[in-house]
Amino acid sequence: MKILTKNKENPVAFSQSLTNFFETIAGLTTFSVRFFKDVFRPPYEFGEVKKHMDELGIKTMPLVTLTGFIIGLVIAMQSQPVMKRFGAESFLPGMVALSVVRELGPVITALIFAGRVSSGIGAELGSMRVTEQIDAMEVSAVNPYKYLVVTRILACTLILPILTLYVDFLAIMGGYLAVALSDASSFQVYINAVFKSLEFTDLIPGVAKTLFFGFIVGSVGAYKGYNAENGTVGVGKASTSSVVMASLLILLTDTIMVKITVWIWP
Amino acid sequence: MVEVKNLTKSFPPPPGQNGEDYKVLDNISFNVEERENFVVFGRSGTGKSVLLKCIVRLLEPDIGYILVNGKNVVHISIKEMNEIRKRIGFLFQGSALYDSMTVRENLEFPLIRNFDFTASEREKKVKDVLEKVGLSKAIDKKPAELSGGMKKRVGLARTIITEPELILYDEPTTGLDPITTKEISQLIVELQKDLNITAIVVTHDLICARIVADTSIVLRAGKICYEGEIKGLEKADDPFLKNFFSIELVNTDSGEI
Repeated sequence: MKILTKNKENPVAFSQSLTNFFETIAGLTTFSVRFFKDVFRPPYEFGEVKKHMDELGIKTMPLVTLTGFIIGLVIAMQSQPVMKRFGAESFLPGMVALSVVRELGPVITALIFAGRVSSGIGAELGSMRVTEQIDAMEVSAVNPYKYLVVTRILACTLILPILTLYVDFLAIMGGYLAVALSDASSFQVYINAVFKSLEFTDLIPGVAKTLFFGFIVGSVGAYKGYNAENGTVGVGKASTSSVVMASLLILLTDTIMVKITVWIWP
Repeated sequence: MVEVKNLTKSFPPPPGQNGEDYKVLDNISFNVEERENFVVFGRSGTGKSVLLKCIVRLLEPDIGYILVNGKNVVHISIKEMNEIRKRIGFLFQGSALYDSMTVRENLEFPLIRNFDFTASEREKKVKDVLEKVGLSKAIDKKPAELSGGMKKRVGLARTIITEPELILYDEPTTGLDPITTKEISQLIVELQKDLNITAIVVTHDLICARIVADTSIVLRAGKICYEGEIKGLEKADDPFLKNFFSIELVNTDSGEI
């Protein structure tokens, strides 16, 4: 609020902020478009992509495991008394499964992934930029964008759908724990109810949008780090701003994707 | 080997500040002959590193041209530039070793991507260059485990492993003790003799300049203020040049020290 007031009083600063914002959006767009140009061009760094996928998976696994389980548990615990009041307890497994698979699983996993990975990529590439390692690559006739950026974006895009499926599964298991704690419902009955309510068209859009989210996390982190300047201060800025920007873009993209999904499968 | 003609490079003022562009290099011209150690001498911030970065097109010059082996590098495509870069080595001020890789991987990096060596040929090359810089035991270490002097040596090994015709050294001895400075400087001279390399060495270190230089230029406020041998530089009457060699500070006409 203070910044807004200050900017209103100072039109030059406000116009500068606005210019910076549009410059960032334009820069990020150009940066991301370059990915599609370079990704199909040899040499292919499959080894690097696999290495990054392993690292990203291991890095985020503990956090998403805990989060996934808790999401399902909490949704079931929160909804159970309400559904009981309306006599709709039998719909609880379906409700947990649908909300997790269609929305909560992909979005929450992507936000956690953004916090953990986007900042990491921003900081890593940022420090490579300020210590001239990216320049060293360029001078040795290696395309640093292809080696550092394309591999990371590709790894993020491919690993996030896998992590999301894993979180979906854990959340459904978490939902069962809540049900089992209050009723003596059998696992078989719970799972049957889950599969009865889930359709393939619920799973596809949920997983498909994580491809976009993964791309956003990778490209925003890489963009911020690749263009970092002003020494270690710049590295810190690249790291934090990449999380903020990636999270906002994920939520924005999600809104658009939900609208498209509802339009295709009403 | 390298001809620089009327090179000018300016930078805009920092964001949020108004004013004219800051001219770092102002109409610079010089020639570097084959197999020559050419030293660019001057105070910090006089555009020495900018000059090197313009030669390899890490920075685009505003005006002027740069010929490397007769080819103007200023107006060629990145693909053509990369072909020239394969024959140029660049030792960065902070060594710029890749943190996430071991010494072996650092040295293999350009070989894997730009040449068709087999794994055993690469291994032999890595061991040979590490022996040349006296660091055979550091082959499996990460850059974080090396001292400043060792990093410079590994950086040098990575630079010469591709057998370049021209090496650009950006402050090769900055931050090193006098003994390591002499060792690195002598290594540069030995490499030049052994491998017939042409070198452009940017430095403000007198010890390094004295050991390495065949010819030198001195930059002052973006212009060349001296061109010739280091010995001639030591005898110069110009108060600015005297300041490099005298213990006491000598005031120049412009008041600049």
